[in-house]
Amino acid sequence: MSDFTSDFWHLFVAGATAIGLVACVVLLIVSGKTRVMSAHDNTTGHVWDGDLKEMNNPLPRWWVWLFVITIIFSVLYLVAYPGMGSFDGKLRWTSEGQYRAEVEKANRALVPVYARFAGKAAHELAADPQAMAIGERLFMNNCAQCHGSDAMGSRGFPNLTDGEWLWGGAPEQIRESIVKGRNGVMPPMGAAVGTPEDVKNLAHHVLSLSGSPHDSLRAQLGKAKWATCAACHGMDGKGNPALGAPDLTDKVWLHGSDENAIVSIIMDGRNNAMPPQGHYFTEAQVEVLTAYVWSLSHPAGAAGGKTR
Amino acid sequence: MSPSGDTVARGTHPRRVVPIAAGSPGLPAAAADGDDGTLVSLYEARRKIYPRSVSGLFARWRWAIVWLTQIVFYGLPWLEWGQRQAVLFDLAARRFYLFGFVLYPQDFIYLTGLLVISALSLFLFTAVAGRLWCGYACPQTVYTEIYLWIERRFEGDRSARMRLDAGPWNWNKCWRKGGKQLAWIAVGLWTGLTFVGYFTPIRELLPAAVGGVTGPWETFWILFYGFATYGNAGYMREQVCKYMCPYARFQSAMFDRDTLIVSYDAGRGEPRGARSRKVDPRAAGLGDCVDCSLCVQVCPTGIDIRNGLQYECIGCGACADVCDEVMDKLGYDRGLVRYTTQNGVAQGWSRRQMLRRVLRPRVLVYSALLIVLCAAVLGGLVLRTPLKVDVVRDRATLARLVEGGRLENVFRLQLMNATEAPQRLRLAVHGLPGLELATEPLVAVAPAEARWVVVRVRLPDGSLPPGSHPFHFEVSAESGVAHVSEKSVFLVPHQRPAP
Repeated sequence: MSDFTSDFWHLFVAGATAIGLVACVVLLIVSGKTRVMSAHDNTTGHVWDGDLKEMNNPLPRWWVWLFVITIIFSVLYLVAYPGMGSFDGKLRWTSEGQYRAEVEKANRALVPVYARFAGKAAHELAADPQAMAIGERLFMNNCAQCHGSDAMGSRGFPNLTDGEWLWGGAPEQIRESIVKGRNGVMPPMGAAVGTPEDVKNLAHHVLSLSGSPHDSLRAQLGKAKWATCAACHGMDGKGNPALGAPDLTDKVWLHGSDENAIVSIIMDGRNNAMPPQGHYFTEAQVEVLTAYVWSLSHPAGAAGGKTR
Repeated sequence: MSPSGDTVARGTHPRRVVPIAAGSPGLPAAAADGDDGTLVSLYEARRKIYPRSVSGLFARWRWAIVWLTQIVFYGLPWLEWGQRQAVLFDLAARRFYLFGFVLYPQDFIYLTGLLVISALSLFLFTAVAGRLWCGYACPQTVYTEIYLWIERRFEGDRSARMRLDAGPWNWNKCWRKGGKQLAWIAVGLWTGLTFVGYFTPIRELLPAAVGGVTGPWETFWILFYGFATYGNAGYMREQVCKYMCPYARFQSAMFDRDTLIVSYDAGRGEPRGARSRKVDPRAAGLGDCVDCSLCVQVCPTGIDIRNGLQYECIGCGACADVCDEVMDKLGYDRGLVRYTTQNGVAQGWSRRQMLRRVLRPRVLVYSALLIVLCAAVLGGLVLRTPLKVDVVRDRATLARLVEGGRLENVFRLQLMNATEAPQRLRLAVHGLPGLELATEPLVAVAPAEARWVVVRVRLPDGSLPPGSHPFHFEVSAESGVAHVSEKSVFLVPHQRPAP
C-alpha cells in the first residue's frame, strides 16, 4: 500500500490501534476490581439542590461481556481486514476488489436474462417486448444524456428516430457506432471555395439541394463551386456514410440550417465526435441496445417497444 | 441529626462519602446514622427473578391485551385481501400493501404520522396512568408473559422453580427444562416466521421454511427475530427494561403529581408486621401490611413496591392484584397497593377527586394533538389520490425547433399507479397559449406499476419571450379514480436552437 509517505505513519496508526485495544482491556480489568463507596439508600451520598441524589446502580455483569465481545471482534477484524497501519489483512480485501466482484456477480446474474436474445437479429429483438424494455433502460442510462430521452437529439446530437444516418443505419453500422464511437471531421473549406461571396453563394446552393428557403440566383452561382464538396458529400449531395459525410438533400440539419450556420461550417469546418461506449457494456447488452436504436427508426418492426 | 452535620463531625474519615450540599431532612434514617456506607462493585451479577403467578383485575387486563395483540400479530399475515395477502410489505418491489391500499415509498409520510401518533399516545397514556404501555402492551412484557406461562407449565410456580434450579440434574429436571426449551424455541421460531411473513408472502414462506428452502435473508431474519424473542422473553426479561430500553427511562420524566402510579399506601400499611387473625391490628399497634412479601414475589422486576416509586417498576399492577387477594382473606379493605396519584396519597383524595385531575392541561393538549393528527393521517389516507406523477425534464436538450416553426421541450413522466387495476391515463398540458402535447396522450399502466414515458411538449416559436414559463401536466385516469396536476416549466432559449 502506498497510502503512507513513510513507515512512521504506518507504525503510528498500528501502534495507536494496538495501544487503544490494550487500554480497553486494562480498563475492563481495573474497573472489575474497583470497589466504590455506596450509602445505604443506594445513592452515592452526593446531594444537589437540597434533595437531588445520585443513584449508584451498578452495571449488569453481562454487559461486560459485550465489551469483551467487541474487543475480540476488533482483534479478529484487524487480522482479517486492513486496519493496522499499512497491513493488508489476511483476506486481502479492498474496496476496488469488492466492486469488481459485485460487477462480475451482477453480470453473471444477467447471463440467463440475455441468453434468450443470443443469436437473434436486430429485427427479431425489436419485436421482443422484453428485449426492448431492457434496451430502453440501457438507452436511458447511457445514451439519453446526449441524444435525449426521446432519442430525437438536439443541436450537434443526431436524431436517432428519423431514418437519416450519418454513418449508416444498418444494425452492424449502429453497433460499430456504439462500440467504437465516431469522429466526424469536415475540414475548413473557405480557401478552397474562394472569396466570401463564393462561400455565400455555395451556401445557398447547399440550401437549394433540400429545397430549403434560399436565394435561387446565388444558388445558381454557387453551383459552380460544388465540386469542392462533392468529394465527400457526393455529386448528388447525398453524402457518404463511410466518411460520415451528411446527406445535404434532406431537411435534417445537425448544426443549423440558416445561411450563417452553413457559411460558418464551410469556412471553419466542423469536428463532431461520439465517444466509444463499448467498455460500458457486455456483448449481449450491445446487441440489445443496437436493436433498440435500430427499432427507433423502424416503428413497424418494433412490437410494443415504442408505441407510447 | 442531619447527614451534613454528621459529615462535619466525622469529616476526616478517609472513605467517607461527602455530600456536595446539605441533605434534606427527609432522608431515610439509614443514611443519617453513623455507619452509612458500604463498598460495592461497579458490576452486579444478575439475580434471577422467579415471578410468582398472579390473578386479579390487572392480570386479566394484561392477558386480554396479550391475546388481542398476539391474535393480530400472528393472524394478520394469514388474512387474504382479494388475490393477495392483506398486509404485505414487499421491500424488493417497494410496494406496501395495506388492505385496500397500495403504498409507495413516496407515502412514507403516513409512516411518519403513525410514529408521531405512537409517540403522542405514549406521552398521553404515561401522563394519565404511568407506564401503562410497559405493564400491559409492550412486546417485551407480552412475550415475557407468554414465556413465563410456558415455564410454569413445565416447571411449576415460583417455589417449585426455585427448588428445581437449586436441585441436582436428575431425570425430572432434565425433561422439565428440556421441554420448556423446546416450547420456547418453537414459539420463538414461529414468531420469527410470522415477522418475516409480513415481508414475504407467508403462505409461500411456511412451506419453504418447512422444506428448508428459504432465501438467505429470510432464513437470517426468521432465526434472528426468533432468537431475539427467545433471548429477551426467556432470559433477559426485566434486564431489557432496566438497562436497555430508552422509553422506560424517559417515561418517568412524564410523570407528574397527578399521574396514576402503582403505590403502596404507607400511611395505612405501616407499621407492617405479621399478626394472628384474631388480633386487632389497631390494638397491637400494627398497620394493614402483614409483611407477607407476596408483592415482592410476584414482581417481574424484583422490587419491593413498599419502598416507593422506583425506576424498575413497569406499572404492571401484579403487586396490587396479589395484595388485594391477601386483604380479602384477612377481611381488610382492598387497595393497600393500588393505582393512585402522589397528590391523592398526600391529600387523601377520593377516587373521584383524583379522576377529576385527569383532565389537566397537559392531558388535554396531548389528547387534542392526538385527535388532530389521527384525523389528518386517516383523512389523508382516505382522500389520497391513487396516482402519482413525477416530471423530470431532459437535461441535455433544453429546447429544439421542430417542423412547423414550433419549439419543443422534452420531459419524462413517471406515472405511478397506486391501484390494483390496470389504468388508462390521459395526458394533457395546460397553462400557456398554443401549448400542445406532441406525443401519444393515452398511456396504459399495469396494476401497481410505475412507468416512465417520454413526453414532448410544443409551443409556436416566438409566441413567448425567452425564459421559463410555468405550465401544468394534467394526468387523469379514464376510469375516473384519479386526476393529478403537476407543475413544470417550458423553456424558451435566447438563441434559436437548431431545427
